[in-house]
Amino acid sequence: MSELFSLAGLSFLMIVGMTLGGAFIAVGARNIFHNVLGLALSLFGVAGIFLFLNSPFLAMMEILIYVGAICIAICFAIMLSEPLYRPRPPRKPIKLLGAGLGAGLVFVVLAALVKKTAWVPAAARSDDWSVATIGHYLLTKYALIFEAISLILLVAMLGAIVNAKNGRGREES
Amino acid sequence: MYNHLQTYLMLAALLFAIGLYGVLARRSLIAVLISVELMLNAASINFMAFNRFLAPDPAVGQIITLFIMAVAAAEAAIALSIIIAVYRKLKSINVEHVNELRG
Repeated sequence: MSELFSLAGLSFLMIVGMTLGGAFIAVGARNIFHNVLGLALSLFGVAGIFLFLNSPFLAMMEILIYVGAICIAICFAIMLSEPLYRPRPPRKPIKLLGAGLGAGLVFVVLAALVKKTAWVPAAARSDDWSVATIGHYLLTKYALIFEAISLILLVAMLGAIVNAKNGRGREES
Repeated sequence: MYNHLQTYLMLAALLFAIGLYGVLARRSLIAVLISVELMLNAASINFMAFNRFLAPDPAVGQIITLFIMAVAAAEAAIALSIIIAVYRKLKSINVEHVNELRG
């Protein structure tokens, strides 16, 4: 327990608190804009966890892609869709209870699996954490997946444009 | 504590469960999308934790996490465009109103 009160331990606790607290805000708050802010907080926490897992590059990408791109895109979608002042009907508590029970059951099963399994590290582990290796793999061993992902991104972009444009053309004509 | 695999796996499981609760309980399409992002992040944390503590080659897990991020970005773009199209058509983004295909 003494390692918990070192600088690293305290910052780890803070990051875990950020992740889980942000996640609770993202799911629990009634105002949809607070949900997005909670998501951003949670994603910053996940970036911190990636730092603890030895990968500053992925932490930077997490902030860049998730916080910088996805959260902003969700903000735009909120502005373009339902007004915030419109009253929302309250949920039935029985449905909320069912959702909580389902999610709790999944967590209990996952936690039991984590506790029960004996995790064995690989026999020979390389300690090459450099970004250069990642880039090398992306262009050699995983080139096909890399290309497939770029194709998916292209198709998704085109699809998003076509999808979001459709209704507007009809309204104007 | 921060040097044990199980800490990270528990954290990821908790994050996944929170996201699942959001998907099941919320009624706004955007809130459902936010919850799905949380679940994807839990999967990323799992990959990174296994990559840090178990995997033979630490570059591979990072590459997979990058792929998850790219797919999540594509998914968010598509989902948001669908949400905007649904709002134009139905003037609502409540999932209980989107039931035109019901028999």
